[in-house]
Amino acid sequence: MSTQQPEPESQEAPTDPEFQGAESSVDEAERSGGDIDQTAADPTDLEGETVLIKVFRYDPEVEAKQEPRFDDFHVPFTKGMTALDAVIYARDQYDSSLTFRHSCRQAVCGSDAFFINGKQRLACKTQIAELEQPIRIEPLPHQEVVKDLVVDMDHFYDQMHAVEPYFQNEETPAIEDLEEQRQSRENREKIKMSTRCIWCGACMSSCNIAAGDNEYLGPAAINKAYRFAMDDREPEEIKEHRLRIVEQEHGVWRCQTQFSCTEVCPKDIPLTEHIQELKREAVKKNLKFW
Amino acid sequence: MYEHDVIVVGAGGAGLRAAIAAHEAGADTAIVSKLHPVRSHTGAAEGGINAALQEGDDWELHAYDTMKGSDYLGDAPAVETLAQDAPEDTMRLEHWGMPFSREEDGRVSQRPFGGLSYPRTTYAGAETGHHLLHVMYEQVVKRGIQVYDEWYVMNLATSDEPNPKDRECHGVVAYDVQSGQIEGFKANQGVILATGGPGQAFDHTTNAVSCTGDGHAIAYRAGVPLEDMEFIQFHPTSLPSTGVLISEGVRGEGGILYNEDGERFMFEHGYANNAGELASRDVVSRAELTEVNEGRGVNDEYVHLDMRHLGEERILDRLENILHLAEDFEGVDGLVEPMPVKPGQHYAMGGIETDENGQTCISGLYAAGECACVSVHGGNRLGGNALPELIVFGKRAGRHAAGDDLGEPQIKTGYGNDVEDETDVELPVTPGSAGIGTDDGVAADGGPRSASDARSDGGIATDAAGAIERAVERERERVDRLMDRDTGIQHAEIRQKLQTAMTDYVNVFRTEEGVKKALRIIRECREEYQDVYVDDPSRTFNTDLQQTYETRNLIDVAETIALGALVRTEFRGAHWRAEHQERKDEEWLKHTLISWNGGKPDIFYRPVILEGDEKTYEPKVRSY
Ligand SMILES: Cc1cc2nc3c(=O)[nH]c(=O)nc-3n(C[C@H](O)[C@H](O)[C@H](O)COP(=O)(O)OP(=O)(O)OC[C@H]3O[C@@H](n4cnc5c(N)ncnc54)[C@H](O)[C@@H]3O)c2cc1C
Ligand code: SF4
Ligand code: FES
Repeated sequence: MSTQQPEPESQEAPTDPEFQGAESSVDEAERSGGDIDQTAADPTDLEGETVLIKVFRYDPEVEAKQEPRFDDFHVPFTKGMTALDAVIYARDQYDSSLTFRHSCRQAVCGSDAFFINGKQRLACKTQIAELEQPIRIEPLPHQEVVKDLVVDMDHFYDQMHAVEPYFQNEETPAIEDLEEQRQSRENREKIKMSTRCIWCGACMSSCNIAAGDNEYLGPAAINKAYRFAMDDREPEEIKEHRLRIVEQEHGVWRCQTQFSCTEVCPKDIPLTEHIQELKREAVKKNLKFW
Repeated sequence: MYEHDVIVVGAGGAGLRAAIAAHEAGADTAIVSKLHPVRSHTGAAEGGINAALQEGDDWELHAYDTMKGSDYLGDAPAVETLAQDAPEDTMRLEHWGMPFSREEDGRVSQRPFGGLSYPRTTYAGAETGHHLLHVMYEQVVKRGIQVYDEWYVMNLATSDEPNPKDRECHGVVAYDVQSGQIEGFKANQGVILATGGPGQAFDHTTNAVSCTGDGHAIAYRAGVPLEDMEFIQFHPTSLPSTGVLISEGVRGEGGILYNEDGERFMFEHGYANNAGELASRDVVSRAELTEVNEGRGVNDEYVHLDMRHLGEERILDRLENILHLAEDFEGVDGLVEPMPVKPGQHYAMGGIETDENGQTCISGLYAAGECACVSVHGGNRLGGNALPELIVFGKRAGRHAAGDDLGEPQIKTGYGNDVEDETDVELPVTPGSAGIGTDDGVAADGGPRSASDARSDGGIATDAAGAIERAVERERERVDRLMDRDTGIQHAEIRQKLQTAMTDYVNVFRTEEGVKKALRIIRECREEYQDVYVDDPSRTFNTDLQQTYETRNLIDVAETIALGALVRTEFRGAHWRAEHQERKDEEWLKHTLISWNGGKPDIFYRPVILEGDEKTYEPKVRSY
């Protein structure tokens, strides 16, 4: 049913000869390892223009799409247009079979993390005017492609579920008393960033370790564990239990602090820092090293 | 065929809460959702959850505020249940680990909100809905409740007695989006619809792309009335290109609205000489549109919200997230230029008619959350009152479906002798089914009828399994038909036309002529839909097919909104009519109900219940 999508380097050449020139300049940027996330000179330059997007296509069921390819779409630019708006336009005006997940259009549902111009980004939060053209839109790398930009998220969800992602405290006050568990402002502040995760999977897709070790919990799941382990409302025994989960063989010690997850996270969660802090906590508790 | 005791359709705040409650009451419960739960639109809510938690506050005050806010169209038993249950249900979220904002002493914080007599809006930063959704999903994971995610529910499987009140709901038909496989889901005790709002009926909305009123439409076509659909809340400051909400906070801090000529129109054109930009949502929305309609809009589309004069320091301190929103979603730097804003559809007060236990008039069929109308919000929802509705009525529906005794409901449902029939509405076109001799939604897309067609193929669907099999067969045939056709019209074109008509004619301004125009266009959309086809030939993740289904639902839902807007000849809450500038209590203290009636929509009314447990709410002028 699914295929592993080609690595960025091995992608096919674009089919539209008209845009070969533009395309090769992108390749150059990629080869030289340069960040192609360049800001176009002035967004107003694009007013009234069309932008070219090159979108990854694959469908295991449809003969013409069994070989992965890129399709070109010319989309009229409007001010404020996001990468999501562009693929929606392409789908609704040119090809209704163009397939991608999306829902909220405001960076809260986490459906539309794609690989845009060589970087994991939320399409709805990415301004077209800020991207170098032609804009290349691909599914998240290192994940099974179901169709076009849709990847199989099951593995990501499995890792999230593996850290017991729910609050645990058997001794909450009686509900009839309307008493809360107290939490200091400082402690709430401490976990604040970690609670912002929208399960988009960008971090996992950007992580080299996750790419090499399929069982690695990954940054999002470890961050979820952090969110509970650092929450003072959970009792100390539970915290220890949580640390045991993340310090296992495929847990925090795998992280080589490359910061790629932190760089791509659309919610600006300091993932690498959270992983490091859990390592320190594990050491403090004298938990076993791997 | 899959089988469970309780099947919950939808995994937003309402669906997740319903599933947890049903599970706790001992039922084998499953959730079927077209989105993975954490993708649901509940995650977009920012402001907070109203609940009388503190000493000095009182559920009765919350009930009073809600009733006043509803412009006296809320039903007292529903309003009082909400206010009474909200404190415990909100506190339970805290016990489940929700990261609420905190006071110095470690207690949860509450803040003031529009229309509230006490600061009782409980919040978690500016992301209350996100946290509520995730906390509830965590509890679902903890309990091991089965989730069929990315399964699209296409229809209900009900029995087919002539009177909807005699019908029984046996389950649903859904398809696995990833594989295209269509399956029946048998519900031994109940089906709970928690499918969210219908915002996509409009072309500019703060709602997600997934908010397509699916639950509304399938319940409607199965015979459940939709209630008070004309009451739609519009928010005055949404970004033009996406509909993303810019919070009232900007105007609260001193942000100013300007038209294209640089006039501060709220004052200069006399829309609100006292409150100015801080007038209520509906007043500001209408003012903005008047400016645009009279040629003073920027690019003929929107107005400007300017906060530059507040200074960088203050903006960064208090409104930093607004800068990000304007930058990320509109490409505008709020520090150097004014932000474009226009009114956007925001919330649907009406919905699937239920009683205070979440039950509809069809036995075994429940609804909760934004898709339901209990009715708590009446003519107008107060900010912070939707989230408590999700948890209070989600929980009740779950418990009731699982067999818990919640007492006799006071709210009546369905067509009965307590309703009033409408006689004198003149409709510009015949609403309802487009095809002759079919009663299949917009459908008449060439195929067999739904909901009640079993009568015509001989067997009365008395046994549950049979009813489900037949329903599955119908959907399989419908899908084959949509996929087999290779010419015709595509759903996106119809949807765009429908959305534009709704935003042009059934938005904050409603005139008799305009609403009638909308009804004519909706009729055209129905007719065009008969030739709709799905171009994508693949069964794998076919979003073209899913959206084609959704568009059909939007047509039915949009029509009920327009019908309600036409027949309600008064100005109440969010419903404004050019020809009727007053609230008419003698005539209109009643709910509008529209029922599908086999393809020929019936309009009738049920009096609002203003008698509470201990007191009666006397309608007063809604001024603040
Ligand atoms: C921007 C914004 C801000 C808001 N802020 C606040 C606030 O501060 N306070 C407040 O009280 N309210 C607020 N509201 C309102 C409130 O958030 C919503 O009314 C509420 O979250 C709706 O929840 P729900 O569970 O009914 O539906 P949703 O959360 O929309 O969930 C619907 C579910 O149904 C599923 N579904 C739909 N159709 C199908 C189908 N055919 N088959 C299978 N599954 C289906 C979806 O997958 C989804 O899981 C806000 C709304 C918006 C848009
Ligand atoms: S941590 Fe950030 S990048 Fe990773 S899933 Fe969560 S929001 Fe996405
Ligand atoms: S569409 Fe929801 S995060 Fe982008």
